[in-house]
Amino acid sequence: MRLIFRWLRENLFSTWYNTLLTVLVIWFLWVAFSGLFQWAVRDAVWSGGAAACQQARQLAQAEGRSWGACWTVIPENLKLFLAGTYPAGELWRIWVCVYISAAMLGLSAGVWRGLVRDVVVALGAAALVLLVLPFSWTERLWMFGIVLALVVPLGLRWVARSRIPRVRWILGGGWLALPILVVWLIGGGGPLPKVESTQWGGLMLTVLLAVIGIVASFPLGVLLALGRQSTLPIVRWFSILYIEIVRGVPLITVIFMASLMLPLFLPGHLRIDQALRAMIAFTLFTAAYIAENVRGGLQSISRGQIEAAQALGLSHWLTTLFIVLPQALRAVIPANVGQFISLFKDTSLVFVAALLDLFNIGRSILANPQWLGTDREVLLFVAFVYWVFTYAMAHLSRRLETILGVGER
Amino acid sequence: MSEEIIICRDVHKWFGDFHVLRGVTTTVRKGEVVVICGPSGSGKSTFIRTLNRLEEHQRGQIIIDGIELTHDIKNIEAIRREIGMVFQSFNLFPHLTVLQNVTLAPIWVRKMKRSEAEDLAMQLLARVGIAEQAHKYPAQLSGGQQQRVAIARALAMQPKIMLFDEPTSALDPEMIKEVLDVMRELARSGMTMIVITHEMGFAREVADRIIFFDQGRIVEENTPDEFFKNPQHERTKLFLSQILHH
Repeated sequence: MRLIFRWLRENLFSTWYNTLLTVLVIWFLWVAFSGLFQWAVRDAVWSGGAAACQQARQLAQAEGRSWGACWTVIPENLKLFLAGTYPAGELWRIWVCVYISAAMLGLSAGVWRGLVRDVVVALGAAALVLLVLPFSWTERLWMFGIVLALVVPLGLRWVARSRIPRVRWILGGGWLALPILVVWLIGGGGPLPKVESTQWGGLMLTVLLAVIGIVASFPLGVLLALGRQSTLPIVRWFSILYIEIVRGVPLITVIFMASLMLPLFLPGHLRIDQALRAMIAFTLFTAAYIAENVRGGLQSISRGQIEAAQALGLSHWLTTLFIVLPQALRAVIPANVGQFISLFKDTSLVFVAALLDLFNIGRSILANPQWLGTDREVLLFVAFVYWVFTYAMAHLSRRLETILGVGER
Repeated sequence: MSEEIIICRDVHKWFGDFHVLRGVTTTVRKGEVVVICGPSGSGKSTFIRTLNRLEEHQRGQIIIDGIELTHDIKNIEAIRREIGMVFQSFNLFPHLTVLQNVTLAPIWVRKMKRSEAEDLAMQLLARVGIAEQAHKYPAQLSGGQQQRVAIARALAMQPKIMLFDEPTSALDPEMIKEVLDVMRELARSGMTMIVITHEMGFAREVADRIIFFDQGRIVEENTPDEFFKNPQHERTKLFLSQILHH
């Protein structure tokens, strides 16, 4: 208690003008945020469906005061927010995907130290926090399962490490196979009933588009950057042409072309799935930007590094692989993560391909007469979810920089 | 004495219009230690960089251990495997540990087993006196230690020739000795060495021969004793008076 008083005195009330400033700022904050507090917390409706909101609003109107937020729109539409119009009976498939990914993460955290363990801890904590929120007990059970899926393989890591040789290679292969497995599980095929990608939606679609876009665009971007520096004229000219054309076109046009124009050019029997087309569009678009970032990194490597590698007898490719690329890619982590963050948010442009991601599901909920007038609640929630994901990405990128920067300067 | 391992005949090199090397002819025998000195811009650095083709010569002939340096990339890589090089600015790989710096080329170029390469690396690091730093990163070491790692890295390829391009010029005075000691030991072990340096004490003590460069030409070459006592050319005398009595 005394410590708090001391802190207050030293930081907020040290002189008469600081005291004045403190009082003014508190008054300003009160004016600015009391309305928000009344709306978001005091008068807010937290449960009871659309009817409860209507009642509260009518009551407030009758008494002539402002009404509060209708937060109940979020849990009532949670399934839409998370998975869009995905058939309810098949929702377990998405859970399985989440579980497999969680278990893979847990295993990887056991095998690789450092960053992956951070991810696991962060995700585990997030899942635990979700448990506290007002979800149904079955939903809580699902979420508790995520925590287990993350933590149990972590405990098994010694087994994995000692018994199976080449466990890292197996896990690495597992990660490569994961996107294919996930797309198959969600989209169906074979024994699983097919779910058209027009029914995929919500956060699931946002994450899927972003993750596949990131995973596919990164290697493509690196190749383009190397291609741009190649001594083979055809490779170089192709890379430059590609990068400059794609960078000169707005993303929305690329998606539009992929979803509407492409089918006109391709022969009729060759139909590419709508979501797949969007993924390809995001990948091709982002790759051009990644390529330019990486090129900047390649140019930052000093001549001496390359000469030292050459003097040791390393071939051009070994030099690129072991000396140039690792340093170049590390130098451009911030720029690339920035690109990935904007890709994550840009996935909301898939509405031009008639797909409903998190943001557009929000808009479609607002179009429902039952939830008329809940724009602020829905948009705040959607913005909050975007922020959580992008902040996590930014945080991980900073951690990655520290870990990879070991002993540097 | 023994066989000639480096033969240069009338080597010329231009940077654009600038004629850097104007007909360098010399030979180096196996096990010989040659010190090259001369004013800056005299082409001495460019000359030793042509020996492992970090710079391309445009006229004349360079024959290393019986193989002539041509455009053939296979020849160049084969020759680079036999020539170790130590740079003024160390050029260690900052993203790799000391041990990884030393083992990289033996594993990927010599196709040595990882365990063998690591044993060899640890021996070499012990030889240059920094075995205990093997798992640190270059930035965590002092300049003298970094340069010794660079020497160990070059030695790990078990080269027949070692080139040193002003290895102590970027070092604080108190670190110069530790690097020169390593080079002395290396010279005594019978390594063929070409060293560009301004450390005249080292040259007098270790070199079998001193070559003086000026304006892209070899002005004078002689044994250290004769070189310091009886310099033949005015240019050499001027250089020596400047470098010895500054």
